[in-house]
Amino acid sequence: MSNIKKLTKNQLFLPIFCMFLVLCANIIYDVAHGSPFYNFFAVSVTNGMLQGRLINILNRGSEIAILAIGMTLVVSASAGTDISVGSVMSLCASVCCVLLAGAAAPQATELAVPLIVGVLGGLIIGCVCGAFNGFLVANLNIQPMVATLILWSAARAIGLLLCNDLIVYVRNDTFAVIGGYVGIIPTPIIIAVACVAITMLVLKKTAMGLYIQSVGINKKASRIAGLNSQRIIFLCYVLCGLCAGIAGIVGASRITSADSNNIGLNYELDAILAVALGGNSLGGGKFNLIGSIIGAYTIQAITTTMYNMGVSAAVTPVFKAVVVIVIVAIQAPPVRAFFKKLSAKKGVVNA
Amino acid sequence: MKRKLALMMVAAMTMASVVGCGGGSDEAAPAAAETETEAPAETEAPAETEAEAPAETEAEAEAPAASGDVIRVGFAQVGHESDWRTAATQSAQTVFSAENGYELSFVDCDNDSAAQLEAVRNFIQQDMDYIIIDPIVSTGWDAVLTECEDAGIPVVVIDRTIDDSDKYVSWVGSDFKVEGLACGEWLAAYAEAKGISEINALVIEGSTGASATIGRTEGFKEIADREGWTILDSQDGDFTEAGGQEVMESYCQSYAGQFNVVICQNDNEAYGAMTAMDAAGVTYGVDGDVIIVSFDSNKPAVQLVLDGKLNATFECNPLAAPTVDEVIKQLAAGETPEKEIYMAEAWLASEDIVSSITVNGEEQPIIHVTDEVLANRAY
Repeated sequence: MSNIKKLTKNQLFLPIFCMFLVLCANIIYDVAHGSPFYNFFAVSVTNGMLQGRLINILNRGSEIAILAIGMTLVVSASAGTDISVGSVMSLCASVCCVLLAGAAAPQATELAVPLIVGVLGGLIIGCVCGAFNGFLVANLNIQPMVATLILWSAARAIGLLLCNDLIVYVRNDTFAVIGGYVGIIPTPIIIAVACVAITMLVLKKTAMGLYIQSVGINKKASRIAGLNSQRIIFLCYVLCGLCAGIAGIVGASRITSADSNNIGLNYELDAILAVALGGNSLGGGKFNLIGSIIGAYTIQAITTTMYNMGVSAAVTPVFKAVVVIVIVAIQAPPVRAFFKKLSAKKGVVNA
Repeated sequence: MKRKLALMMVAAMTMASVVGCGGGSDEAAPAAAETETEAPAETEAPAETEAEAPAETEAEAEAPAASGDVIRVGFAQVGHESDWRTAATQSAQTVFSAENGYELSFVDCDNDSAAQLEAVRNFIQQDMDYIIIDPIVSTGWDAVLTECEDAGIPVVVIDRTIDDSDKYVSWVGSDFKVEGLACGEWLAAYAEAKGISEINALVIEGSTGASATIGRTEGFKEIADREGWTILDSQDGDFTEAGGQEVMESYCQSYAGQFNVVICQNDNEAYGAMTAMDAAGVTYGVDGDVIIVSFDSNKPAVQLVLDGKLNATFECNPLAAPTVDEVIKQLAAGETPEKEIYMAEAWLASEDIVSSITVNGEEQPIIHVTDEVLANRAY
């Protein structure tokens, strides 16, 4: 009993439980359709590459997971959300592809500059966008949503200008690797894992995690305690921009082109949702990075489930909304209190 | 704030038109000679130049011959979301150029229907000679089209349709259902020639509710029902490469080894589907197990047809401007153009197996793509 209680008390219990629920829906669906129950979870190596729905979730969810890292930090430190990440993704993808295509744009097959230059270019632009947001929020004290609204609308447009309103194709195998496969594993998974691992390491091994939480809980008190609140918030936004850059380049590489209109479209909402699904408060302060990551993959699991069930695209958002309402409601404090009461009563009866 | 912005934009547009006039002055003389024949039809033209004289003094000083004879056309374009759209825009810019005796006011509405209505109202205020609209949404047009009618400005609708008003001269566009039918007919003829008896098709649809999606789905389904083909699944790929890739990835797992035809409702979806099939180890194209076709026929897709990676592609002609030009010429000559004008479209295939198909009782050629065909493609 105490073990179960310990488990349910864990902050990660609910996010994992929610993901489990989503995956269970597939088992029911598969069995109802006469397929073996493990159909959805089957992973195989076909054509020298890992294949399967689970792999799809991990692969396709990478962008949201990477965005969720940055978003978690921003939410924690500034009690606000960065709604520009989707547009910044698109801008970074455009910069990267325009650099790589060089004079051959919009139809390039050869890389005009080494891959690393294009990637770095995209990442630097991501950091610059993040720094711009960070400056507005940390130094000018503008509300995060208003501050990031600027790039939310502008970044994608800048990307379109760069691409001359065209889709810039970089049909190159070297570039395709970032969104493709390394050996048998999809590269985006490796990139996402690396990003999470590095962030976790930095947060756990340095005082950074503590600083961010402390600034998020009380900015003034942290400053009086000797923390440079401004700089910490600024840094979080730069990191968020960097994450958007990484996600943008992964997204562009998947389709070996910079589709400025569509890359990262509405991803900011998914990223914020991932943070919320992970059991984090959007009011800032304490955060759980792993929760956000699980949240990100839960969102992708919903999408992949929709594909598995062949749900018509027109009703998918409705279905997604219902699932999200259930997940968020389960985690809402009044509901949790209700369940607590229920279990407490049971305890009394049992006694 | 918005008003200020609008004012600034109006100022900028006026500037642009003045500059445009000035720039066109070099070619103005021959252009004027060409357009002179149309001048009698445009009774408003002289009045309009008088009214605008103070604003355009600079231009007039430079090119006295140009003003009054140019046909002023306002074009409210949807946006620039795809290569196809860009080709349509470029086509309009080439056809309605200063050399051809036109002065084009182009507004990119960026998929914002409110902005498009405002753009059309601006055209009315500027007293354009003709207005071209590619409507972002199909409803809500009656009021503004009545304003156009009251102002005596003929409206030509291109590409997408207007459902709640008929106060426009002509609609110029594609018949998406015919494209779907053509795709089906070609597949039927191709399968017969190749001795393929069973067709199990997967469809990657375009955005839900788009007229192209509806027409192409309907057309293909009609033939599929007639021939008794199985459509295993039909999902939304949103007309994007990423969408096509994700849907195909899912198909490859749900229907592994069960399908032999993939219908992508635009080119970009086909590019995505190819990457997904590459990853899943499914072979496609002329030498592959799976027949893959696309719609729209942008140049990169035609290149893929030439390479044998796409079996066929069915054109959706974006070059409406030349047809609109004809409509305007007809109007200027006092004739009544047809209300619905369908543009000629080409069906392009990789192999020279099927030479023609019958769509709606009309025989249409299948073009075998060669280097020459590719080189002659305009977009």
